[in-house]
Amino acid sequence: MLAFAIRRLFEAAFVMVTVALIAFVVFRFVGDPINQIVGQDTSIEDRLKLREELGLNDPIPVQFARFLANAARFDFGISYQMKQPVTAIIAERFPATLELALAAAIFAVGLGIPMGVYTGINRDSWLSKIFLTVSLIGVSLPTFLIGILLIYVFSVWLGVLPSFGRGDVVRIGVWRTGLLTTSGLKALIMPAVTLGLFQMTLVTRLVRSEMLEVLRTDYIKFARARGLPERAINFGHALKNTLVPVITVIGLQLGAVIAFAIITETVFQWPGMGLMFIQAVQNADIPVMAAYLLLVAFLFVFINFVVDLVYVRVDPRIRILGRPT
Amino acid sequence: MRAADSPAPAQPSAAAAAPPLPQRGGNAGARRSRLAAFLDSDLLHSFLRSKLVVLAALVSVAIVGAAFLAPVIAPHDPYDLKSLSLLDANTPPAWEKGGDPSYLLGTDDQGRDILSTILYGTRSSLQIGICSVLLASALGLSLGLWAGYVGGRVDTFIMRIADVQLTFPAILTALLIDGVALAILKHHTIEGGKFSILVLAIGLSFWVQYARTVRGVTLVERNKEYVEAARLIGIGPLKIMFQHILPNVLGPVLVIATINLALAIITEATLSFLGVGLPPTEPSLGTMIQVGNKYLFSGSWWMVAFPGFTLALLALAVNLLGDWLRDALNPKLR
Repeated sequence: MLAFAIRRLFEAAFVMVTVALIAFVVFRFVGDPINQIVGQDTSIEDRLKLREELGLNDPIPVQFARFLANAARFDFGISYQMKQPVTAIIAERFPATLELALAAAIFAVGLGIPMGVYTGINRDSWLSKIFLTVSLIGVSLPTFLIGILLIYVFSVWLGVLPSFGRGDVVRIGVWRTGLLTTSGLKALIMPAVTLGLFQMTLVTRLVRSEMLEVLRTDYIKFARARGLPERAINFGHALKNTLVPVITVIGLQLGAVIAFAIITETVFQWPGMGLMFIQAVQNADIPVMAAYLLLVAFLFVFINFVVDLVYVRVDPRIRILGRPT
Repeated sequence: MRAADSPAPAQPSAAAAAPPLPQRGGNAGARRSRLAAFLDSDLLHSFLRSKLVVLAALVSVAIVGAAFLAPVIAPHDPYDLKSLSLLDANTPPAWEKGGDPSYLLGTDDQGRDILSTILYGTRSSLQIGICSVLLASALGLSLGLWAGYVGGRVDTFIMRIADVQLTFPAILTALLIDGVALAILKHHTIEGGKFSILVLAIGLSFWVQYARTVRGVTLVERNKEYVEAARLIGIGPLKIMFQHILPNVLGPVLVIATINLALAIITEATLSFLGVGLPPTEPSLGTMIQVGNKYLFSGSWWMVAFPGFTLALLALAVNLLGDWLRDALNPKLR
């Protein structure tokens, strides 16, 4: 277990350093940082002085080491576009994205598991067929199209839900939450559904196929033979054994949710990190792009690491034998 | 002598057709036997049995055909700025009040005919999708063959890069490459630059899946007797990789490519929707939806609805075809 954890830790560190290298190369060599910071009428002497002060004349490895050290302290410099420290911008945007991602995950799991169980037990009912057809469409439709469709129905047509923004937010310490006001909750519904729909269909299909498999096994037949009620068999015995892969997939999908939040946040003008990243890409705001890249990489690597450990912990059948090729 | 030295039954066509024009002859031979096998196998049968798949194929062919023939069948030319008139802007579809029969599906905010723009936009979307799938499969195929055949340090290096890239969703990689390319080319405008950037961004985000699959098959194939025989008679590694092993990995690659085509089209539409894809002057479906989205609240639903419907239909049809192909070619997958 410990050897496994240490090896995974090394792999995670490798991924992080690679991503940091990419971020550094982009940061350092795409456009001249000096030109981005100063105005047109700065003299050449001032530019050279600034270049020396910022350490841009140092050897590249030294600069990379400094970049890494700064990144480890969450110092990513100043945004070219907004002229604020990148860390301050991210600290402001992060709660919005996290709340959205969690709401989407809760939606996906809360609806996906019951739907999966239902379609797994009642294979041939017409409701199952509807669920599966809807889930196929949900997988095929691009995220932004679903968002626009929801806006058209619930904002333009019915006029019951707001189409953009977070509503009113309440500040708790440094965290600005939209979960405590009615308008905030109302504003959360459509973005969370849009973001979570793909994951919901994924969970549904996964739970369904796992249920189908488990319901065929001998111990389920045996439970039936013992005369246990259907409910105890389906939920107590069958569902419990489908949950290991479901937990893994949900964990891994949490990263995808954060990445796809870029699209959802653009559609709903949700003031989170994804919208920040898109604006940074449109304006070639390299420090913000580099910081977002590193932060998302860290989240991904962290989630992968935790999921790997949980997986081994939960399912003792998984043997850790040497290095997989 | 070559033909006699090729004992594996999987390889006769490639080796037998080798003498006159090795490269082309080998491919044509492989294709002919593939076609014969296709007609004999139950692939065709399983295709005709599922009505949904036939429907999906018909829809795909119809959309691709309409996009291909866009310059011929489109009632207007959306790229011809001279023919545009702002007076025609925001015209609703012909059957709505205030509609104009010459603009069947209405016009956008610049007076462009929606139907014609959809035809041309689908053309752009398909071109980018197909080019990026070709790029991704060529790259993934070469790297996968190389990693699997040579092994050792090359293998470790390529697969490590693949692992790092697999940590992120493809859309994020595509966005990043797109963003960096935009930042580099910020002050230069190159003819067709946007098109190439998109193909590059999407192509480079999808190569990993091909590389991993191809590497896996290559690892098995390289120890088989026909490869050993080819090596013994002094055939170079490049030729062994691309002429002898390649035909054996084409099946899975074809499946991945079909599923990836739908993904690539959606990715392109998403990038365009996010405002970092094709510009409004040469719209793809995603760009049209982005532009139309701004007018959703003023009631001009047709600007979003028709391109959105086309995109959804195209993605769904290609997805269904890909799913069917995967199941049909791989009986192990239920």
